[in-house]
Amino acid sequence: MNASDPNVNSAESSIPYSGTVAATHVVEPVLVDVPEVPRTLRVRARGADRVFLGMLTGSGVLVLTIILIIGFFLGFRAWQALSVAGFGFFTTQQWEPGLGSGGPSSFGVAGVLTGTVLIGVCAIVLALPVAFGVALFISEYVPSWARRFCITLMDLMAAIPSVVYGLWGFLFLNTRAAEISHWLSTYLGWIPLFSVNGVNTNSPLTSIEKYTSSTFIAALVVGMMITPIVSSMMRESFSQAPLGEREGAYALGATKWGMIRTVVLPFGKGGIIGGAMLGLGRALGETIAVLMIISLVFQIQPHILQAGAGSVSVLIASHFASAEPFEISGLMAAGLALFLLTLVINLVASSIIARSRSGQESG
Amino acid sequence: MTVVQHSEQEWQFEEGPEPDGATAPDAMWETEPRRFEPEAKRSIGRVRRESVYALVGSAMAAITLTELITTWFAPFAGHLALILVAYVLFVVVYGLITSLTESARAVRDRLAQLLTYSATALVFFLMAWVIAFPLWNGHAALLHANFYTQDLRTTGPLDPINVGGLQYAVIGTIEQITITLAISVPLGIGCGLFLNEAPGRLANLVRTVAAAATALPSVVAGLFIYALAILQFGLPLSGFAAGLALSIMTLPIIIRASDVVFRLVPAGLKEASYALGATRWRTSMRVTLPTARSGLATAVILGAARGIGETSPVLLTAGYTKYTNYNPFSQAQTSLPLATYKLVTSGVANYVSRGYAAAGLLFVLVLILFALARVIGGRGPGQLSNGQRRRRAVASAALAARYRASEQDERAAEPDADLELEHHLELHPEQDPAAAGTQPPTAEEEWEQP
Repeated sequence: MNASDPNVNSAESSIPYSGTVAATHVVEPVLVDVPEVPRTLRVRARGADRVFLGMLTGSGVLVLTIILIIGFFLGFRAWQALSVAGFGFFTTQQWEPGLGSGGPSSFGVAGVLTGTVLIGVCAIVLALPVAFGVALFISEYVPSWARRFCITLMDLMAAIPSVVYGLWGFLFLNTRAAEISHWLSTYLGWIPLFSVNGVNTNSPLTSIEKYTSSTFIAALVVGMMITPIVSSMMRESFSQAPLGEREGAYALGATKWGMIRTVVLPFGKGGIIGGAMLGLGRALGETIAVLMIISLVFQIQPHILQAGAGSVSVLIASHFASAEPFEISGLMAAGLALFLLTLVINLVASSIIARSRSGQESG
Repeated sequence: MTVVQHSEQEWQFEEGPEPDGATAPDAMWETEPRRFEPEAKRSIGRVRRESVYALVGSAMAAITLTELITTWFAPFAGHLALILVAYVLFVVVYGLITSLTESARAVRDRLAQLLTYSATALVFFLMAWVIAFPLWNGHAALLHANFYTQDLRTTGPLDPINVGGLQYAVIGTIEQITITLAISVPLGIGCGLFLNEAPGRLANLVRTVAAAATALPSVVAGLFIYALAILQFGLPLSGFAAGLALSIMTLPIIIRASDVVFRLVPAGLKEASYALGATRWRTSMRVTLPTARSGLATAVILGAARGIGETSPVLLTAGYTKYTNYNPFSQAQTSLPLATYKLVTSGVANYVSRGYAAAGLLFVLVLILFALARVIGGRGPGQLSNGQRRRRAVASAALAARYRASEQDERAAEPDADLELEHHLELHPEQDPAAAGTQPPTAEEEWEQP
């Protein structure tokens, strides 16, 4: 007997077989004298099944091995750089790894990692309200005949290659958005985040170059890229709000927004937070669009409107070709730090989303 | 309740003659007969004339106010900032106008609706812009046949659009994505099947690790292949190395998607197969995989669309060349996103316009894959298209005819079987073909039945 779940079998076999059951069907009961004990049922694959299961397990183990090799290799090579740099790897801003064997060597990810985080956080801050609006529109406002179409469009937007976004940001948005940067820094420059060093904002001769290739412009493009992902996570959680409670809110005289605020948003809270964190994870790992837009600087750059930004992935993409073996180790360490950051964020995001879903099923 | 006067209303309460007693309560509180104005049919649509006026009015106010602010108080140049300020003013003015006639609650409702609509409009507008930008700027190159049949090996920076093309990048993209899929599809689907067919501690471990691998940034995957395969094992910068790097990116995606798809296969189908004595191998081949086919195809195609667009792993592993290279194992091989990146950042005007065209072509490829995924997928496991249902009905009718024929053969061979059949027909008269003179339903009829 084959069954998908061995547990089911053992449960069935634990019911003792008795002759009285058979008596209801057979005219002359065949009574069995020997009391039958519950048999232990073991499902063992035979023949083709064994080969098949072996192949499946093999592919699972192979995938596991590949991923673990990636992890161990990254860790091993990163260790070479980390043992030289020590804890200073996380506090040093510049990137001058040298050759690793004596000689000047001073490198760390303090500058580029804060740059990556800054780009990611700005991107999610820009994307979150827009994605929230789109998710609400699709789940609540759009007429039902257009809903499928809108969802397809958002999925298509998520499928647009990042180099196309990068192209748009690099050749179109860079100089246009720099005008917004200029305006913001002129009138809101007293906020440290928006100030720009070395620029006289009142001078009409100020070059727009001071405002291009900045954290802000990279964040605009990355924010556009992650909007569909964040939005679809939110939309799924919004659409799980139960119909009865929606209608209950309407019956109590709520406006549409009142219904959304009291019914949909409490149900979608997990989806909002989880979607935002998932988008943040994607934003941190983005490479090519950021590479096309920013000019890389190796310092902590808190002025998001100023030209020059830091990014781990851009560091890797722009330095690998000319790197000595030791610098490759340093890049590995930077990549590993980035990977661990995105991993933690993704795990937290998926646990939040999973918990919000499981809570709805029980309640 | 009685409605005395009939006007042009579509509804009416009076239904036939009512007993006299029914009118008595009305008479108690209604001394004179009620007079109904002829009621006009109301529209229950969401758009009201007042809200349209409010929208138009606040738009005009916003435009003029923006003009005022940006020329007098806080001057700046640039269209984007202008639009931004105008929008903020539009929202504020709309709120004010609505608050003249409505309660605060209604104002909040209107503003929420306005913001939601405009967020969506913004996103779709930006998306159209991002898509149209490379297509529009590259349409000159895209419309030249040489773009698809030549490479850039002899094309100088000053050569016009009608010389040279990106054939080499198209070839590179096709070969690299083929290598990627050849690695990641069997492995990914096998692993997804493993997660569902052999659940246990090992499967849980694989699932967790695969989920963690989706967080791997693409540039780190490229760096891994670069350091291990190219620097350590001496593999050349090539299309194959790029395929390996892309497989690392797509493998976790395909594993996760196929895991979900296999989980959606109804357990009843599988259990029916086991109950008929099928082995796991046959159940997987004949039940699980066919049921999950459309979902799997969608997962694979979306994974391919993702892989085609990835630039950074290819940037690190494929090298860059302007020559056509059919062999993915020996020399550098360029793909479309890599060519886009290199051409666009080259700073040479004619190369940049070819870069636009490369991005446009890349988007068209992704769009085709996406449309394919929509056509194939978009249907849960076990839900059939019309064609599939028709084919199945034909097959099942043929099978029924075969059974019937073999039954008759048996009857001819064994006369005793007739007795049994008579007995059977006594119990189930509806199955008697002679009584009703029923013909077996044709395939088309069977298909028409739900």
